[in-house]
Amino acid sequence: MTTSIPKPRIHHPSLERNSIGLTRRDYEGSMSTLCAGCGHDSVTAAIIRAFWELSIPPHRVAKLSGIGCSSKTPTYFLREAHGFNSVHGRMPSIATGAGAANRDLIMIGISGDGDSLSIGLGQFCHAMRRGVRMLYVLENNGVYGLTKGQFSASADVGTKAKRGEVNRNEPIDPVLLALSLGATFVARSFSGDREQLVPILKAGLAHRGFAFIDVISPCVTFNDHEGSTKSYRFTRDHMREVIAADFTDGAVRDGGLDGAGNGHAIHADPGDETPAESPDLVPIRTEITAAYAPGSVHEIRMHDGSTVRLRKIDENFESTDRDAVYAYVRERQRAGEIPTGLLYMEPEALDMHAMEGTVARPLVDLAFESLCPGAGKLDALMEEFR
Amino acid sequence: MIADHTQTATTPHDTRSIAAALRVNDFAFRIATVNGTGSASANGLLMQAIFRMGIPVSGKNVFPSNIQGLPTWYEIRVNHRGHVARTPNFDLVVAMNNATYGRDLMELAPGAYVLFDSSWPMPDAVHRPDLRFLGVPLARLCADAFSGGRARLLLKNIAYVGALAALLEIPLDIIDTLLAEQFSSKKKLLDSNFAAVRIGYDYAQAHFECPLPIRLAAMPASDDRVLIDGNTAAALGCVYAGATVGAWYPITPATSLMDAFRMFCARYRVDPESGQNLFHIVQAEDELSAAGIVIGASWAGARSFTPTSGPGISLMSEFIGLAYYAEVPAVFFDVQRTGPSTGMPTRTQQGDLMLTAYASHGDTKHVVLYPADPGECFTMAVAAFDLAERFQTPVFVLSDLDIAMNDWLCPRFRWNDTWRPDRGSVLTAEQLEGMTQYFRYLDDDGDHIAARTLPGVHPRGAYFTRGSGHTRLGTYTEDADDYVEVMERLAAKIDSAADAVPQPVMYSGAAVQVPVVHSALGSIQATARQDARGPGEASDAGRSRVRVGLVSIGSCDAAVREAVDRMSERGLPVDYMRIRGFPFNDRVEAFLLEHEIVFVIEQNRDAQLRSLLLLETQATKDRLRSIRDYGGVPLSADVVIRGVLLGVADATEPHDTATVELRSAV
Ligand SMILES: Cc1ncc(C[n+]2csc(CCOP(=O)(O)OP(=O)(O)O)c2C)c(N)n1
Ligand code: SF4
Ligand SMILES: [Mg+2]
Repeated sequence: MTTSIPKPRIHHPSLERNSIGLTRRDYEGSMSTLCAGCGHDSVTAAIIRAFWELSIPPHRVAKLSGIGCSSKTPTYFLREAHGFNSVHGRMPSIATGAGAANRDLIMIGISGDGDSLSIGLGQFCHAMRRGVRMLYVLENNGVYGLTKGQFSASADVGTKAKRGEVNRNEPIDPVLLALSLGATFVARSFSGDREQLVPILKAGLAHRGFAFIDVISPCVTFNDHEGSTKSYRFTRDHMREVIAADFTDGAVRDGGLDGAGNGHAIHADPGDETPAESPDLVPIRTEITAAYAPGSVHEIRMHDGSTVRLRKIDENFESTDRDAVYAYVRERQRAGEIPTGLLYMEPEALDMHAMEGTVARPLVDLAFESLCPGAGKLDALMEEFR
Repeated sequence: MIADHTQTATTPHDTRSIAAALRVNDFAFRIATVNGTGSASANGLLMQAIFRMGIPVSGKNVFPSNIQGLPTWYEIRVNHRGHVARTPNFDLVVAMNNATYGRDLMELAPGAYVLFDSSWPMPDAVHRPDLRFLGVPLARLCADAFSGGRARLLLKNIAYVGALAALLEIPLDIIDTLLAEQFSSKKKLLDSNFAAVRIGYDYAQAHFECPLPIRLAAMPASDDRVLIDGNTAAALGCVYAGATVGAWYPITPATSLMDAFRMFCARYRVDPESGQNLFHIVQAEDELSAAGIVIGASWAGARSFTPTSGPGISLMSEFIGLAYYAEVPAVFFDVQRTGPSTGMPTRTQQGDLMLTAYASHGDTKHVVLYPADPGECFTMAVAAFDLAERFQTPVFVLSDLDIAMNDWLCPRFRWNDTWRPDRGSVLTAEQLEGMTQYFRYLDDDGDHIAARTLPGVHPRGAYFTRGSGHTRLGTYTEDADDYVEVMERLAAKIDSAADAVPQPVMYSGAAVQVPVVHSALGSIQATARQDARGPGEASDAGRSRVRVGLVSIGSCDAAVREAVDRMSERGLPVDYMRIRGFPFNDRVEAFLLEHEIVFVIEQNRDAQLRSLLLLETQATKDRLRSIRDYGGVPLSADVVIRGVLLGVADATEPHDTATVELRSAV
């Protein structure tokens, strides 16, 4: 048995190419071995789309995960990126270390509700507090898929398991948790709404800090029945987009997001040569917001030059005030709704490196000579121990 | 786990009498105080002064797991020959703690000195007319001379340093110089410290016959030695090895390693132009996270480490298995403390030998380095990063509280500027560019090590790191043959590290010429298999000679060396091997097989080193005897000698003259 079936890489000449000359195919991974219809596969597809649209060179990405069906998905996208399927609930610490070592890595972490909210709750919280610069996607299905459908910590009170038992424990809501822990980018979306999800993923990748997206991603095998509050149907019926995000890429180029690209980028693809500024290059943008009634627009310029336009759909929603967002989400959830969208963002947030004052150059690129004080200094130091 | 013929050597009270004979640079004393009363700097001052006199000295801080109020002792031993392992035999006690006064006195041998604060009458609980009492009204003198409760309390400690200076003959100018260095920018403090030293000094000169017969005399100073603790040394090793990412969760006795790393980084690792850090330290939320951070950073290509202690290693075990199986370098400093569980957090032990050798579930085995002193903490820290990257695997540096937190006399650390780190087999972008395909776990040159790649370097280097079953090509598998193939290579890889870890250190004595019944081996077998053979059977055998070997590890070294010296001086030479790395190399096994009786000396209850030797070498149970001392205080030579003598006597004729001599050697 294997869960990694390589996909043939056939490039159809008519496939659309992004600004570095890659097609969507170039952002795929091996064939998914998840159950047909699993929400996680839709999230994978959205991730592929987001990376492709941002023209991120796949090898500059590190895709990290814990353990679970959701955590398997990094194999299914960006085959030219290093992947790390770590241990259950501990991906945030791997990301913290990898990010500390090489701040130029574009990190995406994939986790599940079991992975992040029970066994890995501590690591999830602390990576957020620390401002690890990464896009963190929690594929939330209310159950432990891989161990066959036990309730997870995100299961709602009253939700029914496939075999009938009813959950009585209060859920841990990752969005409320993230807001209360000072997260600087908090979103909720649905695997079945790619139009909403893709721009949020892109905005998350442009965020300089910990970008958290809770994606309701139904488990068709264990939690998609009548009585479940994480089923496709229930989610569709109860989700309400309160704020729409529209993402326009700005300075995203072959050097990667924010154009740093310090030394690490080696460009094997001929398409890479195309400068982002090339006049004939048509920026790829997804027109996703037409379906929603227009409200007031708030435009946020990201550090890499891209723009996120937030359009309020519910005029009562105050997206710039953390406490107000918290109160709003809580209130709407009590009323039985699932508010979605890019709920809160602090574009000027300090990430881990800014807080720690680490050099701009990735630590992995520093020459040994600049790290080792040398014999002379040791000799001088030894005098202090005499 | 203990075989029935092993024995535990305990430390019964030594009742030798201390005559008032002159003993220069060869005695031990102990200062009993209350934790949190500021005695640490006074005790450090004493150590430093003796060190500046050129006299070999050691200081052991026996402290409680408490911030304030519980008893604490500081033990200083001087020995002109360099034997500065801990000794339980004190010639003088500075009894500053009423709560332990009785016990402190009880533990002294007849004739020993008691320096006490005579400001108030001392508790009369113990009747020891055989001791020599030296009362100094420290509190009263300091109350008269200084104002402020806190200052008085602190300066009282400095005053006993002054009294000891007079009693033991420490030149005041050395103490003055040290104080001047310490308080160079605080004139007022300096003056009061000077004054406090004089108060104690003058009082002692006026009231006692100074110096005492136990006294100090300056020895030719050597530039070659430094006084340093193991955690500081290990941190320095990390800086010199080029480590850039450190992650940790505070735990005694490992905390000061990261404190020192931070301090050195602030000094040596700040970019002069930008003022930014060329390092990244993360105080993790727990040890699981610390391990993950180290693994993540190493995976991304940084040299990364975490200092912790046994409880932390327990928590890290799952991750350690991942690093082993996915072949990610990682350096773990395990500064051992007394276990199991929380145990005695401020007491030393060597209880993690087994844990670190095989940490994590499934078949795992790790490279472990065993420093014996701060000097080796420095060199082995550097070596650990090279080994971790070369073998792409977790490496443990197994220190302990005694090495880590006490100041040791060590040869001055040196550095060779031509040294460059061994980063192991890591493919560059250029190399990958020239390849058609790359497979992470393919060992193409038969050294059991496959080239790795770092994220962000080249699309062709991409692979999926996982702790789940994988083939040599790096793909997921649940196939038996594919799985076994990788596991076999891993076993061979770790075994091959045996030749790369530091070789054991041999300290040789000549063969011990001890007549035994048949042979020691036969005799021991007779003991061990009494039921099978019946008693007395061995005594029919003839006489032969036996070679005795001692095997030890880590911080036991000082005590074992002293024991070897003392035994050989009395005509009982033994061979001694100190193991410095795991997996054991051939020389370790050869030593075991060359000696008929081998005593394995270690600081844990279950004879873990002995068990490891039995598991990993051809040595048999009957050959390896055990001497253990694990109560939390550093090993002393007396324990070793007693253990060896009991063991050898066990294997020899009871009335043999050599045995009698052996016994009197303690
Ligand atoms: C230490 C440890 N305990 C338990 C498991 C078993 N386990 C694997 S995945 C999983 C739950 C995954 O749930 P979730 O993160 O929600 O992912 P999903 O499968 O639902 O996507 C569990 C309990 C494990 N791998 N490791
Ligand atoms: S069990 Fe559920 S979560 Fe796992 S793959 Fe199947 S549908 Fe997806
Ligand atoms: Mg789940």
